[in-house]
Order: sequence, then structure tokens, then C-alpha cells
Amino acid sequence: MKLQKSTVFALYAVLELASAPDKQLSTNEIADRYGISTHHLAKVMRRLVRGGLVQSARGAGGGYRFCGNANRTTLLDIITLFEELEPELDLEEASDVPPTNIGGALQDVRDEINDLTQATLRSITITTLIKNAERRRQNDQLIIDPAI
Amino acid sequence: MAVPAESPDNIVIRPAEMADIDTVIRLDEMDTGLAKPDYWTDVFNRYVANNQPDRFVLTAKAEGRVIGFIVGEIRAWEFGSPPCGWVFAINVEPEYREKGIGSMLLDDISNRFKAAGINTLRTMHSRRDTLNLAFFRSQGLTAGSYIQLEKQLD
Repeated sequence: MKLQKSTVFALYAVLELASAPDKQLSTNEIADRYGISTHHLAKVMRRLVRGGLVQSARGAGGGYRFCGNANRTTLLDIITLFEELEPELDLEEASDVPPTNIGGALQDVRDEINDLTQATLRSITITTLIKNAERRRQNDQLIIDPAI
Repeated sequence: MAVPAESPDNIVIRPAEMADIDTVIRLDEMDTGLAKPDYWTDVFNRYVANNQPDRFVLTAKAEGRVIGFIVGEIRAWEFGSPPCGWVFAINVEPEYREKGIGSMLLDDISNRFKAAGINTLRTMHSRRDTLNLAFFRSQGLTAGSYIQLEKQLD
């Protein structure tokens, strides 16, 4: 599964904003943090606003703020705002080719993988991913400074 | 009915007693839609009455009544796996969810596993069971090193 750029940017933005829900961040700040295009991210942010996950704050120091439910919103929810999930095993769908048992068995494998992928993305909430990121940060700190 | 704001201080986690069985059956039936009195009687007889050191049924109590439970045990060498702690049931009354009680139950049973020298926690759920999968993910569990396979027997 190769996610589109917009989807990846949306994941960065939502997770960044949700990890500090009291703060607001501008598109520039988020784009700089991840080294991504501000122009492209601005389009993504507008879509996230329409999707009800972030809201824009006007005025001096305006930016965006997370406004969704981090305990209930999953990675799959964010991804499907932007795209249909592509199958992991990309079998060309040739509708003019008569169905065969081999083709059907290969599609069963594809469906099995897709089902697992969706179940995984559906079970990881924004809160869980932020917690996992914090665990990584703490582990990295331990490696850098074993005295901690 | 309004639920009082529970703080962890008001929740008591302790090993189950035989008298808790009816509540456990009710909580399980609420989630699964299927009452399994025979199954739970067997579990309580084997896990609670016998007081086995490697089997745990723990309950969470609030205001003197059971509002959640967790069941697990240490299993060794099945499927070639070194000893690990399996959690095979957890439940909290719906109105008490998202208050950290599931985490308290899991932490408590994890500590019991660790005290027995176990350093791997394992569980298994239907891939459609988003509630439990999301809960265990939130507790830091990820896909493990085993893949479960099955087939329908005609």
C-alpha cells in the first residue's frame, strides 16, 4: 500500500496537532517540522477542516487546532478522508479475462491481506499513536543517556 | 442513571471470588449477546476455586460492586512458545468505560505475570472486534510473532 502524499501529510498534521490539543500551529510550522510543501499542506488542512478533525483559528498567531475525538478517531478514518485503500497485493483486474480458479485463489490472498491491513488501521487511534511516539521518545532518551 | 466520576482511588482490583460469577456472566453476555453459564462455571472452578498460582481472574470493584474483570493465565510451550501471559477475557461495564479501569485491570494482571517471571503478554481477538483491539493497542500491544490460521471443517 502506497499512500498518497496528501494522506501522509494529513497524518502528520492531525497527529502533530492532536499531540498538543491546547496549542495551535500554522501550516508553515507543521510543514517546516516535516520538511514538506506548505502549499500542498494548506490544501490538506482545508480538507481536514471539512472533515471535522481540525479547525482554523483566525487572527494574530492564527493556525490550526485539533478538534476531533483522539480516542475514537483511527488511522483508517484519516486515510479514508483522502483515498480509498489500495490493495497490498495489486492484481490487475482484467474484466475481459474469464474467471479462473487460479485467479480466484490469488484474489483470496489479496482479500486476506487487505482485511488484515484494514483491521490494523482501524484499531489504532490517534491517542494510541501519540502514546507510541512518546514511548519511542523515552526509549531514545534512555539509549542516549543510560543514566536516566 | 448518572455514573459518579470514578477516580482510580475508588476502584479496587482484587482476585475474584466464587460469588462474582453471576456478574461476570452478565458482563460477558452484555458484550457477546450470549450467556455462557457452563463455560464461566468451569473457568471459576478451575481458576478461582483452585487458587492456581499461574491462573488469574481479577475483578474491579466500585462502590462495593464488581464493574469489570480480566482473566488470564501463564501458558508454556504451546505452539512452540516460551512461557507467556495470555489474557483471554476482559470486560468493563459500559458506563464505566474510558475511565482507566481496563488499564488498571491489565496493569494488575501484568504485574502478576511479571512477578512469576513472565515478560511477554499475549491476547487474541477477532479482527472485527475493534473495541478490544483498540484497547489493547492503546496499552502498547502490537501484532505478535505468531500468525493464527484456521479453516472451516465441512
